[in-house]
Amino acid sequence: MNLARRIVPDFQLLTIAGLLSLYGVAMVYSAGQTDTPTAVAGVYKSQILWLGLGMLGAYFISRSSVRFIEWMTWPFYFLSVALLALTLVIGTGAGTAAGTKSWIAIGGVRLGQPSELAKLTVVLALASLLSKRRDAPKSLMDLWKPALTVLVPWVIIMLQPDLGTGIVFIGIFFGMLYWAGVSWPLLLLLGSPAVSLILSFSTGVWGAWFLVLLALVLWYKPYLIEGIVLVVMNIVTGVVAPLMWEKLAPYQQKRLLVFLDPSADARGSGYHVIQSKVAIGSGGWFGKGFTMGTQKRLAFLPEQHTDFIFSVVGEELGFIGVTVALILFLMLFLRITKIASRANDSFSSLAAFGLMASWFVHVLVNVGMTLNLMPITGIPLPFFSYGGSFMLASWLAIGVLMRIAGEGRGRAVFTGS
Amino acid sequence: MSFHPNDIARRTRLSSIALAVGFIALLTAFFRAQVLDNAKYAMQSEENRLRSIPVPAPRGIIYDLRGDIIAENLPGYSVSILSPRVDSLRATLGRLSAIIPITPREIENAVRRFRRAPNRPTVVLADASIDVVSVLEEHRLDYPQMIIQSVPKRYYPDGPLVGSFVGYTGEITEAELNLPKYAGYKPGQQVGKGGLEKEYEAILHGKEGVKFDEVDARGRPVRTSSMRADIAPVSAPPMKTNIDMKLQKQVAAIFSDTLFGGAIAMDPKTGAVLALYSNPTFDPNRFTGGIPVDYWKELNSDPKKPLFNKVIQGTYPPASTFKLATATIALQNKLVRLDEHMPISCGGGMQYGRRYFRCWEKRGHGSLNLQGAIEKSCDVYFYQLGIRLGVANMVAGGIGLGMREKSGIDLPNEYSPVFPYKDVKEYYNRKYGAGNWSASEALNLSIGQGNNSQTVANMAKFYSALATDGRTARPYLVNRPPERKQVLNLPQEQLLHIREALAGVVSSRGTAGGSAIQGLVIAGKTGTAQNGTPIDHAWFVGFAPADDPKILVAVFLEFGHHGWSAARVASRIMGFYTGKLPAEVVVTE
Repeated sequence: MNLARRIVPDFQLLTIAGLLSLYGVAMVYSAGQTDTPTAVAGVYKSQILWLGLGMLGAYFISRSSVRFIEWMTWPFYFLSVALLALTLVIGTGAGTAAGTKSWIAIGGVRLGQPSELAKLTVVLALASLLSKRRDAPKSLMDLWKPALTVLVPWVIIMLQPDLGTGIVFIGIFFGMLYWAGVSWPLLLLLGSPAVSLILSFSTGVWGAWFLVLLALVLWYKPYLIEGIVLVVMNIVTGVVAPLMWEKLAPYQQKRLLVFLDPSADARGSGYHVIQSKVAIGSGGWFGKGFTMGTQKRLAFLPEQHTDFIFSVVGEELGFIGVTVALILFLMLFLRITKIASRANDSFSSLAAFGLMASWFVHVLVNVGMTLNLMPITGIPLPFFSYGGSFMLASWLAIGVLMRIAGEGRGRAVFTGS
Repeated sequence: MSFHPNDIARRTRLSSIALAVGFIALLTAFFRAQVLDNAKYAMQSEENRLRSIPVPAPRGIIYDLRGDIIAENLPGYSVSILSPRVDSLRATLGRLSAIIPITPREIENAVRRFRRAPNRPTVVLADASIDVVSVLEEHRLDYPQMIIQSVPKRYYPDGPLVGSFVGYTGEITEAELNLPKYAGYKPGQQVGKGGLEKEYEAILHGKEGVKFDEVDARGRPVRTSSMRADIAPVSAPPMKTNIDMKLQKQVAAIFSDTLFGGAIAMDPKTGAVLALYSNPTFDPNRFTGGIPVDYWKELNSDPKKPLFNKVIQGTYPPASTFKLATATIALQNKLVRLDEHMPISCGGGMQYGRRYFRCWEKRGHGSLNLQGAIEKSCDVYFYQLGIRLGVANMVAGGIGLGMREKSGIDLPNEYSPVFPYKDVKEYYNRKYGAGNWSASEALNLSIGQGNNSQTVANMAKFYSALATDGRTARPYLVNRPPERKQVLNLPQEQLLHIREALAGVVSSRGTAGGSAIQGLVIAGKTGTAQNGTPIDHAWFVGFAPADDPKILVAVFLEFGHHGWSAARVASRIMGFYTGKLPAEVVVTE
């Protein structure tokens, strides 16, 4: 590979990410415009600062090489896991997840969330592992290394506990396995213990699922030991789930219950979702006008600059504003998929797709949450939600994608698929 | 790792489809919420931030016939609290009680109001003093849910002088809220509780307005909303009454705190009530914004019953004032002539059956004609008239004169008089048992005793027929077309003679000679009602001037000894009204 070759930046990627970030900063500014001024009024300034810092980082990463990135992967992976472990000892909480320990703070100054860095390093580490194989993994045995790579940080994150980030990791894992060519039945078998976990709340439904699983195992014919492990795993999660439920923090239990019926607790946890829906619904076609959202101005909207920033978009810019934002996200994801398909090597391709999968889960869960389509998990919206480490990590990822696109074949002219 | 270009292309295609499906699903959900359900959410967001505060309308001002104010509104303050739940209301009240005096009773009342209308600001203090308001204003920021409102407060410049007819206002009760009459009323609202205030509540109430405040999530008012226009309260129209406050004050001054009972003065031709006073009375101002417990106890423990209206609620034997009914019934039945003498001349009483019926004058009146019997109020003459009439005729005639009906005065809670009904046999059988009564009931009835109790207002109404052309005038406090009814079908000449006889009562010949006034011919009749105690009640019903009456007065004095004491009160009222007597010293407050 000719490192001296001049890299032409992927202007499409840059433009979409730039537009999303500007849109996001504008919404963070608007989120601070309340009738009773709060500390949120000034946070857009630091958001701009983090955006600048992220762009600078992206520039430097895009000037390096994919090989260098790949070489850096494992040191950074272990660093991020170490930092994650540290949160369990000295972590603090913030925002809607005040009861968790996902922040690292020194002397009361919150430095950042290691889980944001971990999202990036886990994607790169998985890409590194999966790209080493000549064929797609055919059995569960083939997957023990990638699984372990995700499992270690995932367990730490679930201990913080941060359900939202945990969901993102699962999304990354399955997305990248899919991109690596793992067959559907195997993905299904892999995911079966989680399905059992969810379905265990109803014995009948879980029983039906268990029969389906047995049929799948017989048809797919994995190694005997694998088959046994799978069945045992499903039984364990199916039985253990109710016990796990007891283990969940009351606020998490509450959130899951409120997800099912927000009006059950209209003044408590359900309040957030109801007010968010009212904000979005009252926006109509064109919204109440930039900075003019009454739900936000009068403080009915909770966490309007972080988790519920998309409600501000819906309230102030209406369905048109929502459509513009979602189309920008869709364009970004299609562009990244394109970059992944044109990448020069399998590491690059997997890394690009993994980053896309991570963001897609973020958007799906965060945006879905504002309309009560998803549980409130405290997951931020990329490029929109106020938060330094997430903005920085997102732009570092853009940097990685820029480099991958630059090295890719034909510089990935976007033509649609 | 399988990265054959065909595989990559397939996965790219599938991924793109998955992404597109995900985003279309999201957009569909947003379309539903923002476009299809927009109206619902827009309303919820409005309800979130707009707090509607009811603005009470000022009650209608009540004037007397000259335009003097009887009831008006002064600026007052009410303190209310908006709460989502009872416990938060209690908590707020608990904190408030640390800075201003709130009694446990006021807290319980507030909780009761909240339960009835949880979405309305709950009135805590209906009439807060300026001291309390200024303390609360200092702590305004600590109580975002507190609403201090300037509200109109009912005020009666003449206080106790007008209580008898104007009534008072107070908070609507639980029982009243359930009545169809008060449909649309809300707890904490002030309503008329008696007198004109209650009778004309529908007119005096006005229409409550609404003020919209924009509030934030904690209920702190941000600004008066420009999004929804406030609805201004509609104040009730002023109400003019027939009351003559100068006369009313005179009546109150005459009663002072030495005489007890009631008096009504009216125009006999129209029924316009010029004055209505019941003594002892109460101060309606003290009821405004919640009556103090001690005052309420005081009023209710007073044996003279200040809250009991002696003019329209008290029913008493009309005694000799009823003799005019006996006389006119007999005249209508053509059983007597005005100059006719009765067979038995009065020697202080007469024997009827096994009983001896006394005349009030033990020395006897000798032989009198009807005119003389009226002047002297001779019982013996009327006993014989009663015998001649018989019980059935007496009762039928009395019913015809309105003795079984309320006067129909435009005041609430008027009591019905007590008088036998037409089927006298059944009436008395039911009352005393068959065979336990005799024709001698006619003697009792003829002199206004027996089963006969009338209100002061009703006797005034009956005398309005005597004062005019035989038609009664329904008494009215608020001006309206006169409602008159022909009850006496007698030739005008006879009526003239009856009025002459009544004028004779208030002359040296009659029973109320001491009440005569120089230059004013007063016609009327005294009454002395036995009541089972050694001290009789006193009646006088009369009008002046006798030939063209301008004023009719009915006075009842509880334990007033004798009719002439009531006559003295009545003549002073009439004398003042016609300008023949100077004003009494008016004592107010």
